[in-house]
Amino acid sequence: MADISCNIAGIKSPNPYWLASAPPTDKKYNVVRAFQAGWGGVVWKTLGEDPPVVNVSSRYGSVDINGQKMMGLNNIELISDRPLEVNLREIKETKREWKDRALIVSLMVPCEEDSWKRILKKVEDTEADGIELNFGCPHGMSERGMGAAVGQVPEYIEMVTRWCKQHSRMPVLVKLTPNIADIRRPARAAKAGGADGVSLINTINSITRVDLDAMSPEPMVDGKGTHGGYCGPAVRPIALNMVAEIARDPETRGLPMSGIGGIGSWRDAAEFMALGCQSVQVCTAAMHYGFNIVSDMNSGLSNWMDSKGYKKLDDFIGKAVPNVTDWQYLNINFKTVAHINQDSCIKCGLCYAACEDTSHQSISNMRIPSTDGGPGQRHYEIIENECVGCNLCFHVCPEPGTITMVPQKTGLPYANWTTHPNNPMAKAKA
Amino acid sequence: MDKSNIRAGRLTSAQYAETFCDIHPPLDQKMAAFESSRCYFCYDAPCMEACPTQINIPEFIRRISTENTLGAGTEILEANILGGTCSRVCPVEILCEQACVRNTSEDKPVTIGLLQRYATDYVFKAVESGKMKQPFTRARATGKKVAVVGGGPAGLSVAHRLAMLGHDVEIFEALPKTGGLNEYGIAVYKMLDDFAQREVKFLLSIGGITVHNGKRLGKELKLVDLRSKYASVFLSIGLGGVNALKLEGEDWPGVMNAVDYIAELRQCKNYSKMQVARDVVVIGGGNTAIDIAIQSKALGAENVTLVYRRGSSDMSATGYEQELAQTRGVKIVLWSRPVGLEGSSAGVRGVKFEKTRKNAKGELEGTNEFFVVPADHVFKAVGQLLLPEVQELEVVKGKFKVDARGETSVKGVYAGGDCIAHKEDLTVAAVQDGKISAYAIHEALTGEKLSGKGMKDYKAIAALDAARVLNHPAHIHGGLGKQKIGTTVGGAR
Repeated sequence: MADISCNIAGIKSPNPYWLASAPPTDKKYNVVRAFQAGWGGVVWKTLGEDPPVVNVSSRYGSVDINGQKMMGLNNIELISDRPLEVNLREIKETKREWKDRALIVSLMVPCEEDSWKRILKKVEDTEADGIELNFGCPHGMSERGMGAAVGQVPEYIEMVTRWCKQHSRMPVLVKLTPNIADIRRPARAAKAGGADGVSLINTINSITRVDLDAMSPEPMVDGKGTHGGYCGPAVRPIALNMVAEIARDPETRGLPMSGIGGIGSWRDAAEFMALGCQSVQVCTAAMHYGFNIVSDMNSGLSNWMDSKGYKKLDDFIGKAVPNVTDWQYLNINFKTVAHINQDSCIKCGLCYAACEDTSHQSISNMRIPSTDGGPGQRHYEIIENECVGCNLCFHVCPEPGTITMVPQKTGLPYANWTTHPNNPMAKAKA
Repeated sequence: MDKSNIRAGRLTSAQYAETFCDIHPPLDQKMAAFESSRCYFCYDAPCMEACPTQINIPEFIRRISTENTLGAGTEILEANILGGTCSRVCPVEILCEQACVRNTSEDKPVTIGLLQRYATDYVFKAVESGKMKQPFTRARATGKKVAVVGGGPAGLSVAHRLAMLGHDVEIFEALPKTGGLNEYGIAVYKMLDDFAQREVKFLLSIGGITVHNGKRLGKELKLVDLRSKYASVFLSIGLGGVNALKLEGEDWPGVMNAVDYIAELRQCKNYSKMQVARDVVVIGGGNTAIDIAIQSKALGAENVTLVYRRGSSDMSATGYEQELAQTRGVKIVLWSRPVGLEGSSAGVRGVKFEKTRKNAKGELEGTNEFFVVPADHVFKAVGQLLLPEVQELEVVKGKFKVDARGETSVKGVYAGGDCIAHKEDLTVAAVQDGKISAYAIHEALTGEKLSGKGMKDYKAIAALDAARVLNHPAHIHGGLGKQKIGTTVGGAR
């Protein structure tokens, strides 16, 4: 059995799965039940200054795709709307009762040193394992100069991070907003401010749908809607890319990361970890299926690690990072072509429609003449010397294992765009 | 056994309600969403090719999945105006659903029939509630009048399409209700809620179609008169006769034509009034035999034995229908032919069968082994035949001879439905006959050539594709030279 215990910036947990700062972690009652279910840690729902914020009724919007619910979810809920003292008391009690679990407190107060100083003292008193600075929340709080409004300005990130390191002995994770052009800049700012790590991504500005009867965005609050924070499986690719960008940036390489964004299974988690995350945070999947999903996440990760011979998380954390490169360094002489297994092909023709209409016209559509005068058996086949190996047919094929991408022996050495004759820059160099 | 073996009211009203309930309950919105999501939206979809009316199945299912249910229903009805009936009675297991690519690896096709019913029901409800008119309108009037003899599926189909094309139509129907076998010939549990009449009403609401009930060809009507009075005539008179067993005692009480009993049952409002024997024998191997056998059981008959002279795979009833009969308690006896009726003029008491086999030449022969199945009701379901009501038309193998577009040996007289030859006599085939002949009649009357939805001409498409392939990038680049299989590329769909 692989050891899946986790250590990120000195914060330890029996497994790398934390519940992200969100409604599932807004009170002791929930957090205790999450720990009972097996979660390694929680990031307590963001605390702010008293008086607490107020939330509106009707808070979530969902993107359902072809009957699959909550492929994407957005919310317009704000930070904790409970009194600060209640939260602090429950955090303290919980940590005392669950010493082996990670308990991180998410914070968001105005951009003034005194505000941070005051709250840090109180949080330190709870004996929590660390703090996470909520610089990401894209709605409600950003209009008040907090959340994403801070996260979008690297100078503010660095400044607030520095205050937190100055006025507290707790590890500091900075939670990054994806609502920016280049994720590396806020990550560098967090590191410059002394952050022990970063968490990403927070939610993405979004309108999930428009109610065509009411002519209003969803979720609808008395006939009106606003942009909310988008999360769930649909955002995972965006999060993976941002994690990879930070992992391979020379300025932030090695900065501990807690991965967030559409993680719902051990495989999702392993992918984030392969790109350099020490821990991962989960919210939408728990909101969709409840706390019990962690059981399979633990078992699946451990089984997969055993099958690969990884004994501890560090054995594979960051292992995919060296293989993330810039486009210009990809091997331009690599060639792969699609192959259709005629024995398992169900003749749906989706590969043909996709290739013929929208790709490179390299699948032929034939009928094998029938002997009984009928229209004949459908037959789809790759025209190999036309196939550019784009993978589209492989992706649309509904029958597992029927279309495979087969790397070809070209006999050509590695070459890339930087030296390609069609590259004007390469010519200029020469 | 005495006469009391035949009686009515064998079951309680709750039992009748159960035995005659809808065999395939309609999908609700959730199930329709799920089933429609299973459709792959195939290119060159096999299901569509398998549909005799060439309904664009992937298209209508996609419309259901996007909650464009009205669009889905319209797409179906445009290709098949009796799409509501067909969704209920089509043997989908040998048509669209058999062709579904989902059969290949998982043996569970998309439930195309139920989805079709979901979409057409939606349109019917919208029209019946007055929310909308039927989605089809009439073209500018041509001033031409066409006579349609027989108000069954083929007749209704040709009438509606002709009305759409601007012609006026008069339907002459022998029976008091319009709908043909939809009204009189379908097992109760396959089509409930007076659907045949609702469909007729829906269909006629396009306007321009007049129905005259109680007019039978050969009695009140003569072809020669119709030809002189109307620009064109379409005959969809079905098969009015029933094959006989040619045994002594066929006129004894208790020996009945299955189709007559099915018609009676279909019109009956109270199943407890229907007489049925305790022991029933059905002779035949088609869907009529299956329908009467299952319905005898549904009325409370204790022993229902269906006897067929050949093997299971020779039966024209589909495997699904045979299995249905068996799960409903019908005993199927194969390789046996009736050789005599037991009983007297007071009533039939049983049927004597001889066991059969195929000889070396593949012909059926008796084995000289005999057995008797007791029965107080014997239902004959050994096929129907064309009545000799029309003498002017050429008949081949008991059916009117027609060309590819339904024109008979007499110019201007068309025929469709069960009175012409098909691979299978199905409602859906009759609908297609009507549609094809409507276009032919329109062309003959106006000189205008046209094609419509559900009129996919596979040969024409193949020719188009053959031309297209010359411009195909792979052809220009020379990539097609490598292909080994098939004579056409991108063609012959």
